[in-house]
Amino acid sequence: MNLISMFIVFTKCRYCKFFFVTLSLLFYWANANAQTAEEILKKIKTKLGKIKDYEAEGKMKTNVAFIKAPVATVKVFYKEPDKILILNETGISFIPKGSVNININNIFVNMQAFDIIDAGKDNTGLRIIKLLPKDDTADIVLSTLYVDEKNLVVKKSKITTKENGTYELEMNYSKFLEYGLPDKVIFSFNTKDYKLPKGITLDYDDGSEKNPDKLKNKRGTVEINYKNYIINKGIDDKIFRR
Amino acid sequence: MADLIVVKDLSKHFNEIVAVEALSFSVPEGKIYGFLGQNGAGKSTTIRMLLTLISPSAGEIEIFGMNLKKHRKEILKRTGAIIETPDLYKYLSALENLRIFATLSDIKATQKRLMDQLEKVGLSERANSKVKTYSQGMKQRLGIAIALIHEPQLIILDEPMNGLDPQGIADIRNLILHLSRDLQKTILVSSHLLSEMELIADSMLIIDKGKKIVEGKMTELFAPSETIVELETSNPNEVYEKIQKTDLKTSMASRKGDTILFRVHRKDVPMLVKDLVKLDIEIISLSPKHSLENYFLSLTRENRHVETFKD
Amino acid sequence: MWKLLKIELFKIFKRPRTYIAFGAIAAIVFLFQIALWFDGKTYIELILGNIDASFDFSDQFKTHLLNGYFVCFAVLNILLIQMPLLVALIAGDVIAGEANMGTLRLSLSKPVGRTQYLLGKFFASTIYTVLLLLFLAILALFGSMLLFGINDLVVFRSTSIHQMSQDDIFWRYLAAFGYAAVALTTVASLAFLLSVFADNSIGPIIATMSIVIVFTILSEMNIPLYDRTIKPYLFTTHMVAWKGFFYVRSNEEGATIKGSIENLPAILKSLSVLLIYIFLFVGSAIWIFRRKDILS
Repeated sequence: MNLISMFIVFTKCRYCKFFFVTLSLLFYWANANAQTAEEILKKIKTKLGKIKDYEAEGKMKTNVAFIKAPVATVKVFYKEPDKILILNETGISFIPKGSVNININNIFVNMQAFDIIDAGKDNTGLRIIKLLPKDDTADIVLSTLYVDEKNLVVKKSKITTKENGTYELEMNYSKFLEYGLPDKVIFSFNTKDYKLPKGITLDYDDGSEKNPDKLKNKRGTVEINYKNYIINKGIDDKIFRR
Repeated sequence: MADLIVVKDLSKHFNEIVAVEALSFSVPEGKIYGFLGQNGAGKSTTIRMLLTLISPSAGEIEIFGMNLKKHRKEILKRTGAIIETPDLYKYLSALENLRIFATLSDIKATQKRLMDQLEKVGLSERANSKVKTYSQGMKQRLGIAIALIHEPQLIILDEPMNGLDPQGIADIRNLILHLSRDLQKTILVSSHLLSEMELIADSMLIIDKGKKIVEGKMTELFAPSETIVELETSNPNEVYEKIQKTDLKTSMASRKGDTILFRVHRKDVPMLVKDLVKLDIEIISLSPKHSLENYFLSLTRENRHVETFKD
Repeated sequence: MWKLLKIELFKIFKRPRTYIAFGAIAAIVFLFQIALWFDGKTYIELILGNIDASFDFSDQFKTHLLNGYFVCFAVLNILLIQMPLLVALIAGDVIAGEANMGTLRLSLSKPVGRTQYLLGKFFASTIYTVLLLLFLAILALFGSMLLFGINDLVVFRSTSIHQMSQDDIFWRYLAAFGYAAVALTTVASLAFLLSVFADNSIGPIIATMSIVIVFTILSEMNIPLYDRTIKPYLFTTHMVAWKGFFYVRSNEEGATIKGSIENLPAILKSLSVLLIYIFLFVGSAIWIFRRKDILS
């Protein structure tokens, strides 16, 4: 049967018409929701762009092999486009270098500087988007984002740097989802070996420091559970100069 | 009269050195007992054993009728002592020193009692001065105050007159006599000042090289059946040669310069004189020496008279 | 015994040399506090140097770190090495000094038992030691708290860092000072024992310090031969156990457990070692002294 015959049969067949229209609609709908990685990032940027600044209060846990620290109350300050500061106002907290990367906005500040690569989806349904810096001299070598397309939030990111290894960020969203602000952030980073110069102190040998395997773990994590955010109330630049 | 101190066969060895050997003596109650001996004879060692500062190698000591080892505290509560020079806490005052030792003597050291005691020894005006500003005599007096603060029955004084001027010595002498005669204290005193011992002691003990040489009442010892006669001559060598050829050589005690000492029984003194005259010896003087010093020297040098003549 | 103790304390505190120790402590503490006041950041940067690459240490962090609790800990680290000398200065003199002065023979000719006499002196030395520590505590702890304020305490061990909340620190200092009192009493009892043998206090003082220094070096040298054989038995190994009150336990997530001590059994074991040493030293001193001929 040739094509003209098929067309004549189709126009005369009631069910065929119905089938064709349904199929077309489905195809159109599917195409309409298959956003590009760029589009997704733009949408997230727009969403996050509504936040000019925030001051958040939370509890921070530091989990590094050679540090035992109590859970601390911290404040996190953010001001667009890329200022972020974790501060323990009254106490002492070991804030890892690279904590600037806790602010996912950094990536959206200058998207033109990156080549955006769509890497499909992971097994949990998160969209994987890779960003390669166009500038070879930049410290960041690769950023990988795991995006919740439906809610337009970044759930996970991995940033690989030349000097300081890989930072990983995991974000949980709940109360502040509509703002794209996480309830909980887990930030992991590389740590160098800690060893105090001899002569600074005479240790008491209580038998507890003879566990070299434990100390070989060279990654640490910082977990912040946010209690509240004060958004767009205005923050002085002075705060970031501490 | 009972004996307050009874010492039997007391010995003390410091490794191979025998400081005291089988010493026995008794100190009668209420008397002044002199303890004599040359340096290193064992006097201080014996006194330290009586005060439990040194433990004996052998022997027994009884004081107040009690065994010293078993009843140390009770005995020492009734005993006061000065051992050699009274060394005190120089950075403290007399009053503070007295208070410390009074407390150690187990008595109630009230301010009044302490000041009264200092008054007795003539130190009340300097009660609050530091002992380092005291003269030797003042320290000695403070030492006496400390020894007597608890009103002991027995007082042991080891060289109490050392370093004192004549007035100081006289003061100590009078004090000892007062304590004995008026207060009936028993006093054991060791001293090198033989002339002083002559004046105060009722009885005495002489030791040499840790052993007892003689013990007894002064009246008995001091008027001995034997006496020392001193011959002074212009030609001692010739006299010596002559005496060597006669029986008189056995009576010779020692020789020094122009004098020769003879030791004879008192009743033989006239015979000695006759024998010397018979020998046609030129006599410048011939005199008996009844002093304690000579007696002491004669006893302690007894083993050495041969060496003396060999000079 | 109380009367004897009173006499001994009276004698100790009437001697000018007693106050040298208090003066020395005050001078060292003040000098250290002044140095940290003006240049504490350099000291902290030296300690943090190794992990400077991994963490952001802002000026505020350094200011908070350099608080009264931290300064006190640093002072104790230094002073608790020097303190044994100050303790030996008095404890080494208690018998030898009396022998040298000539007062020993007079004292022992009194109706007081030698054991009681010696114990009175030992307890007096111990009280002196405790007073010295109390003085140190007031200057080093309260003084530092006044000057530098309070905050969390961060303790830098050779291979780990322990941080305690500011409301979890004071009791640790009380325990540490208590332990230090026992540690220094161990030194006092050694000096005390050596004092029984001598007629001059210089000998026991120098001998005590020499022993403490040599043993401390052996304790800290980390030579396997000594670590296996003699180190566990040296009293100097156990003298630093006061630091154990500042080593904390953490949960699985690495967070400090409030009120915890990393290895309390180890501290208690060290404490018993020190108490055994004290008992041995003092017991030996009494045994020897009871039999000693007083010739001075």
